[in-house]
Amino acid sequence: MSLANIRNFTLVVVLGFLLSACATGGKRTAEDYYTGTDTVKFLAAGVPDRVFFATNRSSLHSGAKDTLSKQAAYIKSSGITVVVEGHADERGTREYNLALGERRANSVRDYLMSQGVSASSITVISYGKERPVNPESSRLAWSQNRRAVTVKAK
Amino acid sequence: MKKFLFSILFLLFSVNAKAVVTIDITRGNLEPLPTAIADFYIENPEKFSTNINKLNLQENLPSVIKNNLSRSGLFYVIDKKAYIQDPKLSHLKPRFEDWRLIKAQIMVSGKLKIDDKGRLRVEFRLWDTVSAKEIESLALFATPTSWRRIAHIISDKIYQRLTGEEGYFDTRIIYVAESGPKTQRVKKLAIMDQDGASNKYLTLGNELVLTPRFSPDGRMVTYMSYFKNLPRVYLLNIETGIQEVVGDFPGMTFAPRFSPDGRKVIMSFARDGNSDIYTMDIESRRVEQITSHPAIDTSPSFSPDGNYITFNSDRSGIQQIYTMRADGRSVKRISRGSGLYGTPVWSPRGDLIAFTKIHKGKFYIGVMRTDGTGERLLTENFYQEAPSWSPNGRVLIFYRETAGGRDGKGAGANLWSIDITGYNEIKIKTETDASDPSWSGLLSK
Repeated sequence: MSLANIRNFTLVVVLGFLLSACATGGKRTAEDYYTGTDTVKFLAAGVPDRVFFATNRSSLHSGAKDTLSKQAAYIKSSGITVVVEGHADERGTREYNLALGERRANSVRDYLMSQGVSASSITVISYGKERPVNPESSRLAWSQNRRAVTVKAK
Repeated sequence: MKKFLFSILFLLFSVNAKAVVTIDITRGNLEPLPTAIADFYIENPEKFSTNINKLNLQENLPSVIKNNLSRSGLFYVIDKKAYIQDPKLSHLKPRFEDWRLIKAQIMVSGKLKIDDKGRLRVEFRLWDTVSAKEIESLALFATPTSWRRIAHIISDKIYQRLTGEEGYFDTRIIYVAESGPKTQRVKKLAIMDQDGASNKYLTLGNELVLTPRFSPDGRMVTYMSYFKNLPRVYLLNIETGIQEVVGDFPGMTFAPRFSPDGRKVIMSFARDGNSDIYTMDIESRRVEQITSHPAIDTSPSFSPDGNYITFNSDRSGIQQIYTMRADGRSVKRISRGSGLYGTPVWSPRGDLIAFTKIHKGKFYIGVMRTDGTGERLLTENFYQEAPSWSPNGRVLIFYRETAGGRDGKGAGANLWSIDITGYNEIKIKTETDASDPSWSGLLSK
């Protein structure tokens, strides 16, 4: 891990309960999502193109919602159409990760729509674990790869 | 693609004598059976053209048999340098004391001939050196270029004679060949014999392809492709090369498998962030929704009788394994241990479900009974998943990935197999990196 990476990387630890009425029910688990700026590109000045997720989660934390509000404002004002690409890290089974990436992309789509973006200007695609942005096998890389990226449609 | 179509004519001419030597494959075999495989001898060398001679069948055909039997972990094949008797006499009139001297308990001999029609005739005999008897024999005809299949069929015959169960050597593996950096991985469908020979690529790598699975007869493959950036399930006819998309779904379809009768494809369809399980009848195109739950339902796999389905769902909050009736009723969670469970696959024998387990940052391949009891973890690693059963339900093939260091250096993917006893873990050599293996049924069935 380079010094720059360390500086830009903050792990936010969220204590959450697993929703489970089963053998593992009630167990506490620590999850992490990336809050740094490495790998982030911009749709326009001040409009980051991606949000990050905790392990196995598709819920949006407050920082992600800020980013998406900026995206929504930009999409509406510029009239562009976008593709939201959902991704997972490499620490899950391939098929489940495809579903998880789709769930993450839709979580973003739903939020953009709640901010007034029309359904017809958003399509979603899941890449599961197939297109990591950081090829390393480290906690940092995995947190950067658990993402949904909004790109201008061609 | 005509190469995939060829006929082998069987002629069984003596199955005699009681089994004296046997192998118990239900336990880990710590003492493989000492075996001698003599070179085959050529009966009519004058009929062997230069091209056929180049195949060096008298050595290569027994060598493929040797490789098969050794890799099964059940046989220890003694180096042929130790053999005393020459190949011709070994086949016609073995001197059993010579074979016992080098501690071989069984001996395989064979004869090659080109017949009047230009076909290759291979005759093999299996000898029990202790009781001094022939215990199996078989003669096969094929075009000389199909000699590898003959070697596999003979290997299956030997395996069956000594274990009492069908073999798995006359089979193929379809998998995803990988190349390029991890962030822009190029993936192609590839097919090879179970021993890694006769590798062929079925797609060019222009689009991402994932999770190919054989139809029960081995003629079709269902897989997922990002063709035109629309991730969908496809059908590919291996013989004709014709591909078609499965159904008309307004979103991603993935995780496909065939039903045991080969008539349906079962898969996941994702819409608005939710994945449910669907089937499509290949002939009528009729689509049926099997699960309807706001959680992720994926990785479905039919029981061999077609009456049940096992699948992966996070409806409890985390990934677990479930079973249900083929119509979607009677959903039961069967995975009970701590950790996450994925990729359930029903054994062709019907008795077990193989799975991937993720626990404390490690990945395991394991098996459990179909009610979830008797969980056994076979192998632990940094990353491995996606087991696929050998047709006799004794061996699992899966893929394993190594960790990527700085810039992804050192990252790789390879195919491995392991017996369900937990023994005999072996890496399967492939030309490129490889993942998502699927094992065909026996081709000669």
